[in-house]
Amino acid sequence: MDLLVNIMLGIIIAATPLVFAAIGELIVEKSGVLNLGVEGMMIVGALAGFAATIELGSFWAGIAAAALAGALMALLFAVLTQSLLANQVATGLALTMFGLGLAALLGQRYSGKSAPEVSKLHIPGLSELPIVGPILFGHDAMVYLAVALVAVTAWFLKNTRQGLVIRAIGENHDAAHAIGHPVILYRYVALMFGGACAGLGGAYLSLVQTPFWVENMTAGRGWIALALVVFSAWRPWWAFMGAYLFGGITIIQLHGQGMGLDIEPQLLAMLPYIATIIVLVLISSDRTKARLNAPANLGQTFFKSS
Amino acid sequence: MILSNMWKGLTGALMALAMFFAANAVMAASHAKKLKVAFVYVGPVGDHGWTYQHHQAMKAVKAKFGDKVETTHVENVSEGPDAERVIQQLAQKGNDLIFTTSFGFMNPTLKVAKRFPKVKFEHATGFKRAANVSTYNTRFYEGRYVAGVAAGKLTKTNTIGYIASFPIPEVVMGINASYLGAKSVNPDVKIKVIWVSTWFDPGKEAAAAKALVDQGADILFQHTDSPAAMKLAEQKGILALGQASDMKAFGPNAQYTSLVNDWSGYSISRVQAVMDGTWKSTNTWGGLKDGMLTMPKWSAKVPADVAKLADEVKAKIIAGTFHPFTGPLKKQDGSVALKDGEVIDDGALSGMNYYVEGVDGSLPK
Repeated sequence: MDLLVNIMLGIIIAATPLVFAAIGELIVEKSGVLNLGVEGMMIVGALAGFAATIELGSFWAGIAAAALAGALMALLFAVLTQSLLANQVATGLALTMFGLGLAALLGQRYSGKSAPEVSKLHIPGLSELPIVGPILFGHDAMVYLAVALVAVTAWFLKNTRQGLVIRAIGENHDAAHAIGHPVILYRYVALMFGGACAGLGGAYLSLVQTPFWVENMTAGRGWIALALVVFSAWRPWWAFMGAYLFGGITIIQLHGQGMGLDIEPQLLAMLPYIATIIVLVLISSDRTKARLNAPANLGQTFFKSS
Repeated sequence: MILSNMWKGLTGALMALAMFFAANAVMAASHAKKLKVAFVYVGPVGDHGWTYQHHQAMKAVKAKFGDKVETTHVENVSEGPDAERVIQQLAQKGNDLIFTTSFGFMNPTLKVAKRFPKVKFEHATGFKRAANVSTYNTRFYEGRYVAGVAAGKLTKTNTIGYIASFPIPEVVMGINASYLGAKSVNPDVKIKVIWVSTWFDPGKEAAAAKALVDQGADILFQHTDSPAAMKLAEQKGILALGQASDMKAFGPNAQYTSLVNDWSGYSISRVQAVMDGTWKSTNTWGGLKDGMLTMPKWSAKVPADVAKLADEVKAKIIAGTFHPFTGPLKKQDGSVALKDGEVIDDGALSGMNYYVEGVDGSLPK
């Protein structure tokens, strides 16, 4: 039973950074923008969070700095693609490379240092329950923040006027513009929210998952988050489940190996990507596209013509 | 008056021009004498492990030869088609000697070497050579055996956790050597191996380390490049073996010793050989004896008698009187790997593709 609890804890730790990054990118893509720079925003967030925690001695200062740094990276992307009308795919790829390089450069003086341990939630009574206690009530605050963020995002997109406008802009920016919605403004806000989320995901890596700073520590998680958004067909709770599924497969296969189960680790490492490819294939056939609700104007440049 | 001024101006301009050309010629001459040396890394130089140590070697080359060399390095080169492009580019840019420092760079290095017969290549940890490609490696397994002896005595749960990257001979022989070392002093010891299918992914390495600890391991070994496992060992209050570099910063209490790769001496000697015109394609496999592998002092967590025991084994390996792979030795499937008293030869060792008897789990293909 202890082992089961430990596996669950491992899954939660592995999934949380993906939840942050994926939910941020989901909003961005819902507004019709494709930002491939998630990896770059994550790594900058990882460094900013770590550096601020060390310098200011406060975990929450680190978290705030990470969100801010991610949002600033996204702002750069927004200026280039929304105001200067640069190609989104190329700019996103450049943002990733820029972020990795920038973080490596600025992070030199932080390598080899360690962040203080993050305190875990403890609710007397509840946290001591067997099995349920440690799984539900024994985490750092970021885990709950990630879940809350998904809930708020899902509610926001579905039930608020602004959420509706974001979706409308993603479907047809010209029509949305024609009835008077500020397309560019909405996209700026969505992008910066996405950047802040990616920054939080990065900070979770450098402050909780492996509490140190080392170059390239995101190791491709930004790309996985991008894949999860497609995998979820742009639905927040599906993205959340996708992140947990991905984390789950990773952790369970590691434990399985330790217990001597005979599974090929390479095969399991492929699974999430295969799932993404299948979803992509489904989407590319037009008939199912509407059902899978991909934003119709995803990745297209909006040019204010009138 | 005007004429003479003009004349003065003209001579001045001419002189300046002449000096410019002279200076250029001098610079060109000194440029030609410089040996251009390049390093290709699989990870970032800040990984505090494998690539960090190779970068130290590059720095040592720079410090030793100063103005006589011009060094370049490329980080984060993935093992695959990208590697070939990077190596090709470095060769085109006129580098005389190129160090490619990861196993997966083997075929790209050989391909590029064929196209640039005058450029010399040094490939770390590979087994294929050519007239202009040398290979060099460290006998990591020697250090792992010694660390295993200590671990066999130090473990209280009789379980050593091992985070492995890819099932290549170098990694497989490390697992076997660690296990044999531990078993030589503790017949009940078990080794749990988790393959993470990456050299560098701190998150995944930490998750694997956590899985191993959850399953009862109280000493962690790793054959991946980030300090994530060391950090986790520190958090959990257990011991770990540092990999490739001194990882004390990440585990001041956890690191009981470390395997430190020292490529400096080798890299310097190869640069010198190119300068002297004596460079030949060679196969170097150095170990504890040659100083290519060093182990820092045992930490305070290692009792004196355990340290002494392990040091004796280390001394025997250095003296050449003991080899970690000495028969009788059976493979996991029960077939004979080495007969009684037989010592493994380097060929069989560098192609090792089996677990020895006693290691659990199956080796991924």
